[in-house]
Amino acid sequence: MPLDAKIPAGPIEQKWERRKYELKLVNPANKRRHRILVVGTGLAGASAAASLAELGYEVETFCYQDSPRRAHSIAAQGGINAAKNYQNDGDSVARLFYDTVKGGDFRSREANVHRLAELSVNIIDQCAAQGVPFAREYGGLLANRSFGGALVSRTFYARGQTGQQLLLGAYQALQRQVTAGKVVSHPRCEMLELVLVDGRARGVVTRDLVTGAVRSHAGDAVVLATGGYGNVFYLSTNARGCNATAVWRAHRKGALFANPCYTQIHPTCIPRSGEYQSKLTLMSESLRNDGRVWVPARRGDGRPPGQIPDAERDYYLERMYPTYGNLAPRDIASRAAKTVCDEGRGVGPGGLGVYLDFRDAFARLGRRVLDERYGNLFEMYERITGDDPHEVPMRIYPAVHYTMGGLWVDYDLQSTIPGLFVLGEANFSDHGANRLGASALMQGLADGYFVVPYTVGDHLARGQAKVDTSHAAFRDAEREVAARTARLLSIGGRRTADDLHRELGTLLWADAGMARSRASLEHALAGIPRIREAFWSDLRVPGTGEELNQELERAGRVADFLELAELLCRDALHREESCGGHFRVEHQTPDGEALRDDARFAYVAAWEWRGPGEAPVLHQEPLAFEYVPLQQRSYK
Amino acid sequence: MPRPSRAAALWSSPIGKKALMAVTGLVLFAYVVGHLLGNLQVFQGAAKLDRYAELLRISPTLLWSVRAVLLLAFLVHVAAGLQLSVLRREARPVDYATYRPVASTPAARGMIWSGLLILGFVVYHLLDLTLGVVNPDFRPGQVYHNVLATFGRGLGVAIYVVAMIALGFHLWHGMWSLFQSLGLATRRSLPGLQRFAVTVAWLLAIGFTAIPLAVVVGVVR
Amino acid sequence: MRIVLEIWRQRDPWADGRFVRYEVGDVNEHMSFLEMLDVLNQALVRRGEMPVAFDSDCREGICGTCGFLVNGEAHGPLRNATICQTHMRHFHDGDVLRLEPWRAAAFPVLRDLVVDRGALDRIVAAGGYVSVRTGGAPDANALPVPKTDADRAMEAAACIGCGACVAACPNASAALFTGAKITHLSLLPQGQPERPLRVRSMTEQARAEGFGHCTSIGECAAVCPAGIQLEVIARMNRDFLRAAFSRAAGEPLTVLPVTSPMRRYEAQPPGARETADPAEEPAER
Repeated sequence: MPLDAKIPAGPIEQKWERRKYELKLVNPANKRRHRILVVGTGLAGASAAASLAELGYEVETFCYQDSPRRAHSIAAQGGINAAKNYQNDGDSVARLFYDTVKGGDFRSREANVHRLAELSVNIIDQCAAQGVPFAREYGGLLANRSFGGALVSRTFYARGQTGQQLLLGAYQALQRQVTAGKVVSHPRCEMLELVLVDGRARGVVTRDLVTGAVRSHAGDAVVLATGGYGNVFYLSTNARGCNATAVWRAHRKGALFANPCYTQIHPTCIPRSGEYQSKLTLMSESLRNDGRVWVPARRGDGRPPGQIPDAERDYYLERMYPTYGNLAPRDIASRAAKTVCDEGRGVGPGGLGVYLDFRDAFARLGRRVLDERYGNLFEMYERITGDDPHEVPMRIYPAVHYTMGGLWVDYDLQSTIPGLFVLGEANFSDHGANRLGASALMQGLADGYFVVPYTVGDHLARGQAKVDTSHAAFRDAEREVAARTARLLSIGGRRTADDLHRELGTLLWADAGMARSRASLEHALAGIPRIREAFWSDLRVPGTGEELNQELERAGRVADFLELAELLCRDALHREESCGGHFRVEHQTPDGEALRDDARFAYVAAWEWRGPGEAPVLHQEPLAFEYVPLQQRSYK
Repeated sequence: MPRPSRAAALWSSPIGKKALMAVTGLVLFAYVVGHLLGNLQVFQGAAKLDRYAELLRISPTLLWSVRAVLLLAFLVHVAAGLQLSVLRREARPVDYATYRPVASTPAARGMIWSGLLILGFVVYHLLDLTLGVVNPDFRPGQVYHNVLATFGRGLGVAIYVVAMIALGFHLWHGMWSLFQSLGLATRRSLPGLQRFAVTVAWLLAIGFTAIPLAVVVGVVR
Repeated sequence: MRIVLEIWRQRDPWADGRFVRYEVGDVNEHMSFLEMLDVLNQALVRRGEMPVAFDSDCREGICGTCGFLVNGEAHGPLRNATICQTHMRHFHDGDVLRLEPWRAAAFPVLRDLVVDRGALDRIVAAGGYVSVRTGGAPDANALPVPKTDADRAMEAAACIGCGACVAACPNASAALFTGAKITHLSLLPQGQPERPLRVRSMTEQARAEGFGHCTSIGECAAVCPAGIQLEVIARMNRDFLRAAFSRAAGEPLTVLPVTSPMRRYEAQPPGARETADPAEEPAER
């Protein structure tokens, strides 16, 4: 299959303008005749649904949560980047573009990233106009902070709840359209199948999570904004319900899945405390602005942190990366933590933790200033661990946080299935092999507010036959969903979905987590089918399909994770290089840095589903770097 | 353009109704304060109190105007309170098996009960000392005498003291929540308003109960 | 430690419910409350029983999905925290804990501890927004906002929409929830033009949904995991009264029709409702 990203010609600064001009427009009088189905109501989904409805389209939204406002975008703490240069510190669209391409370790598409940087500016304007209560300076203008390794202050924030406030802004815009009658919202409704008619995405089949009713919904385009697949690792910072079912169903229907091995491990999470752990909690990376990361210099040093003198502490990030120090990018900081813990210098239960210490910051800035910056994070930490960060250093450890991979999309965010658009974390497009801090919110909103409302219009303007749910394709899809549900309910084994999911996660974290090797990935690829077999032969799901059945929901999601995990490992195995969030131990510099192989791997790996038990087929989209010259990333 | 009057609009919304309760509550509170100040003249002897009572009736127009305002305020306050109390049951048709209040005062949760007690008392009080129907030895114009007659009986004292405790409870919550209902309370003023309410509640409850107790112990006779 | 639970089990919105007693041994003090329930549920599933349905998602206190009463307190005994952020170190060996769903006419119980809070979404839909279309917004710094106003708007905007305020209120009032959104937007210059209509529409929607009225009892703010203060209700009342006497008083409201909260579920096949009640399964173990 030829992978045409449809990148407009011309200088990079003019590509988006040019594309917008080329896009066909829908006659305003006809807009209300088009129905668009938006699955997922996080930043990308809610902003897209609201904007499309404002344009006049009929929109239906679906989310598994009980309200669109609860999508997991809400948990993003740190902030959102924008090239506003309000701080006059030399920021610009070009610099944000450059930083993002470089931060993504040269595995993203330049044209997309440039558009993202351009649109970042509009996002802040839009959100401020909605009443998002961004942090402000005493003069009443917006405040910024430097974030996640950036050398300029371009991050806008709302306390430690930026994701929440941005999502509420989008959600409110969405609710406004509900009242206007342009959006029909389906909460507690999970998409279980994508419906294709003549090769085009024309609808979805959903299960009402309260009554179990399986229903078809027809539309002229389907927008997936269903987030990432980090929960394939069982433990991650994602919400419990986050899942890959929608994208995986689309993948099985023909949408290519790009770069599944690019998973981001976030360095500052609260370590696991026991086997029962159900999720991991992220502490905002902004903490690294003032906190210093260290471990005891000597292995097995069991003294309480306060009793270890400075000379016997190893501030390893400052030592290894003098320029960036504690602000080294996420993948580097994560791997460094793993290295020191592997050396036996980790702290806390199981030696899986490092200190994040505010002692010096308290001395320098005082408690009041720090509490203003991080008060809610300190409280959150204390609530979870029972330790007060004012008294003892925090303990942190890396955890799966974000997945850069996702469904392959072209410049218009359209997948390889015509009429299927994929936004936000669910697509693969903008972050390459590694996402910079405060860029996820930016991408979700850029896609939703400013890209897809135009590009969907182009698709609709090109015309297609009218289809409604009486079409046979919907009956087939409903039957598939019903059969699958029946199968999950009928196994009658002894193990729970969580149990099997945990087994999968443990395997994946060990073999395809922060460091991967040929051997570990082959080990995982041998293990996953065994877990899948156990799943389909020994699973226990009580109850029926015609009721609120949370075990059934979980089981369906785990079933899809079990297939996705294999693709993730396969992709990781094929990518014989290290880049960003993908670190192959065979490919590193003598001092342990990731070693890319641009000659062989400067491409997007997009996988095609060929059926259960069949090997997926690899398609390549070559990546050209015309504006940001390829270079080895160095944060020394 | 025909549209419902503002009063009707206020009455039809819970917030408006609460605002009306706050305003009428304030009117009733002002009356109660005046009433207490007048009543305390009982400690200055029969002549003084009876003359005060006579003074109040000098102008029938004024008297009936005040009474009309009070009656209206009272009716609005009571009707709104009763309606809202019905609404409360509709808003939670199934009660909790276990419910543990964590912040509220008993006064706040029991406004309807203290209110109903006061309502009952007002009726009794009018029958007792204004109309004299239930007074054991009512003599028109001789207020001092009538008061002693009422408090000469244990039942009269008991009714009065219980009602004044109810009044204290009612004011304990009502005197700050009215500022909340009218949108006048702020984060900064709220603790002060709550202290003010407690103080007012105590002062009025003590002031009013002082009279029957004084009769019982023989200070007033 | 060992924890005894008395949990409200109710099969669906139409069924009668009752408390069922369970025991969880081996509770670790570092577990979150919901992880303790996970342990119970895993055991129930292994025995072939229906697990206890409860809502949760982010499990870090921000999404507002979780929530039920523990021994009569919304979100349990820890103040300013959701139940997912309450860890077992706050309980003792042998504690008997009664778990009950949010109860309000506007929050029908869907199953066990899961309730429908769609009414809150409709309150927001009635006016909890600034009407600004995508695109065409002025530069974000074109309209300065005093820092104190922005900070206080943020405090009010921190509401997570969990519904604990409604649950804890003896009147089942949504005043704290509604007041928080009104306060957030009325403190900002962007929220001014729609201020009178917003407060009238949102409060009317809340009334129509069947929420009670505010009697300043204060339970809501006390249990609020986001620390929303009672002040937001005073501000809502002030805005409402001002709006009632303003020129905007006659503008038509933007409220949504309230269908019976149960109607959405009535499409369920009738047979499904009559199958066995999970609470009939063995109560003790």
